[in-house]
Amino acid sequence: MSTTDLPLPTVRPAHAPPGVGHLRGTRPFPAEARESLQDTQLRRNLGKATGVIRAKRAAVVDEVPDWEALRLAGSAIKADVMARLPELLEELEAAVTARGGVVHWARDAAEANAIVLDLVRATGADEVVKVKSMATQETGLNEALAEGGVAAWETDLAELIVQLGDDRPSHILVPAIHRNRSEIREIFLREMPGVDPDLTDEPRRLAMAARAHLRRKFLSARVAVSGANFAVADSGTLSVVESEGNGRMCLTLPQTLITLMGVEKVVPTWSDLEVFLQLLPRSSTGERMNPYTSTWTGVTPGDGPQEFHLVLMDNGRSGVLADPDGRAALHCIRCSACLNVCPVYERAGGHAYGSVYPGPIGAVLSPLLTGITGGDDPNASLPYASSLCGACFDACPVRIDIPDLLVQQRAASVESHGRPTGQDVAMRAARIAMTSPGRFRAAEKGLGLGRALGGRSGRITALPWPASRWTSSRDVPVPPAETAREWFARTRPGRER
Amino acid sequence: MRIAVMATCLGDAVAPQAVRATVELLERLGHDVVFPPGQTCCGQMHVNTGYLREALPVVRHATEVFGPVADGEWDAVVAPSGSCTGCVRHQHAMVARRGGDEALAARAEAVAERTYELSELLVDVLGVTDVGAYYPHRVTYHPTCHSLRMLRVGDKPLQLLRAVRGLELVELPDAEVCCGFGGTFAIKNADTSTAMLADKMTAVLATGAEVCTAGDSSCLMHIGGGLGRLRTGVRTVHLAEVLASTEATQTPSARSLAAGVVAGAPRAERGDPPESADPLQEAPL
Repeated sequence: MSTTDLPLPTVRPAHAPPGVGHLRGTRPFPAEARESLQDTQLRRNLGKATGVIRAKRAAVVDEVPDWEALRLAGSAIKADVMARLPELLEELEAAVTARGGVVHWARDAAEANAIVLDLVRATGADEVVKVKSMATQETGLNEALAEGGVAAWETDLAELIVQLGDDRPSHILVPAIHRNRSEIREIFLREMPGVDPDLTDEPRRLAMAARAHLRRKFLSARVAVSGANFAVADSGTLSVVESEGNGRMCLTLPQTLITLMGVEKVVPTWSDLEVFLQLLPRSSTGERMNPYTSTWTGVTPGDGPQEFHLVLMDNGRSGVLADPDGRAALHCIRCSACLNVCPVYERAGGHAYGSVYPGPIGAVLSPLLTGITGGDDPNASLPYASSLCGACFDACPVRIDIPDLLVQQRAASVESHGRPTGQDVAMRAARIAMTSPGRFRAAEKGLGLGRALGGRSGRITALPWPASRWTSSRDVPVPPAETAREWFARTRPGRER
Repeated sequence: MRIAVMATCLGDAVAPQAVRATVELLERLGHDVVFPPGQTCCGQMHVNTGYLREALPVVRHATEVFGPVADGEWDAVVAPSGSCTGCVRHQHAMVARRGGDEALAARAEAVAERTYELSELLVDVLGVTDVGAYYPHRVTYHPTCHSLRMLRVGDKPLQLLRAVRGLELVELPDAEVCCGFGGTFAIKNADTSTAMLADKMTAVLATGAEVCTAGDSSCLMHIGGGLGRLRTGVRTVHLAEVLASTEATQTPSARSLAAGVVAGAPRAERGDPPESADPLQEAPL
């Protein structure tokens, strides 16, 4: 029996297709990071924001006596879901249909966007309100709707800031984390129709301005588009967790609700939510419980949206599922705890990753979804955007071994090289030296020539490329006159073993 | 105990003072230390850069060299490195399995079972926290990522440092944050690595310590390389060297490192123009 065959029509693409959505940037990570690191305001904004979230998360995680047991449970449920994803998705489809919803299957981002656009058009509406959603960011739905003549209004405060600022999200949970409040005030003053010109950067005043702006949209919109945090297979229930209540406005006021979700978001039963609704809020916003947890099942006559569509999207996920080394990346519940603890993310910022999924999980999920097309693929650089410090694994509420996934994706990156690179040649040479003590000692002798570079100072301050990338900011100790093995052999002759 | 020292490639070629200190410390504690001459490298650089195929023969070589510990010829293997110990324990079998060599994976696991990082060996295996060391300096300790999160050494190094006579231990702010080394990361993502290093150096300098110690020569080379470049007057010293120091011995490495780092060496020794060549006095172009 194969556990990786999804009930999708005929041809199943292994990877998310290029040219649609936002899973790949245009330049490799080091080039992007080099620029963003020079933005001192960004460094301050990110350092402050991630520091605050880290402290909040640590406090509310430490107070849970069975946190490690919850992590294990979350991991086990996700492993079970991946092992029988096809049957769970069919169960979900049947349950949603039985409760008056309509289920659509999208092989990739292009199909998902087309299905949503057609559904909106069928209602005659020319605008939609949106609940914060990573899946629709992944597919570039807003741009696809705009091309089809439909305006999409982001209603999550941070997504609204990003949208009004003609910006890109830089964090999974807090898409505008790279902005501080005075920058937000400027964006509102510039882009928000009818905004009070005396607006200050006081958080409450900013929130009031956004509320006044959004309320008009909530009351006029006939169609809402959402993602989903969870979908319960046996009841057909969808769930969104949020902080502001704007999502709930979208989920209850419009006549038509369209939910786009990645196929990995399904959980088997309602009681499985018990585990994730403890893990997710504490890991993401650092709250014991998020203020709004909405759940809906199909259509309820006379209450809420009277038309409900669920779009189940693959977009590379079945390919990841079929990869035994990468599959665990699908366990991610998009809490963003790994971003907040990552020293690389904190300094380089989310835009440097190119994909809507930044940070440690994004550095593996993005290349897994898109595949790596070669050494010059920007996503080939993402798995290297980590010092493998391991903070992400400790923070992950479902125990994804992100450092191991990073190493496996580095291997995928290396294997994508068409012709050998300089790095390939260097690694081969190192392997040759390191598999023979004689050759290794000869290489050490070569290294000893470096003594000439340092003179008597004991330090080398400049080396040619590529070692210059080290000496640009750090000295190198001069190689010692005697290696450890030479010292041991000289001082303890005959006692090597 | 009969203990084989795994010098690590970096320790052998670039930071032999930490290996020497490890040997001398264990001998002082009454153990018989051997140096398997065939040893080269654990293969971590290959593994962590994604060269799992190239890593396979390196792992095979390391497993052969340190195989006697699995047969009881030695009681333990010790490495003055958290990351190399972590590679042996958490990656060698993975590399072997991916390469389809199940027998090698099983052998590597048997070797890994008896391979320890220095503080683990001292505290867990030898059951000692006071090693009789004397080190009269203000010291801060940086817990390296792999010792902290791969090996979970916890406060073992701190237990050892607290028992050192004359040593004033000062807590490092944000100690658990990576220094930005990360092996080839420091070269491939030099800008991000340097940004991380800048923050680590700020934390080290805030302690007022004259010595920053850690269990990995690689991370120390990174932190020390930055501290030296900026002529901060703070030096990096491996945990093994601190523990090997006594009233009777001042390890030569500590002396030479101190001389090399504090306030920088005279310019002439770096091959720069002589001191008298004041750039402000030169004729304009």
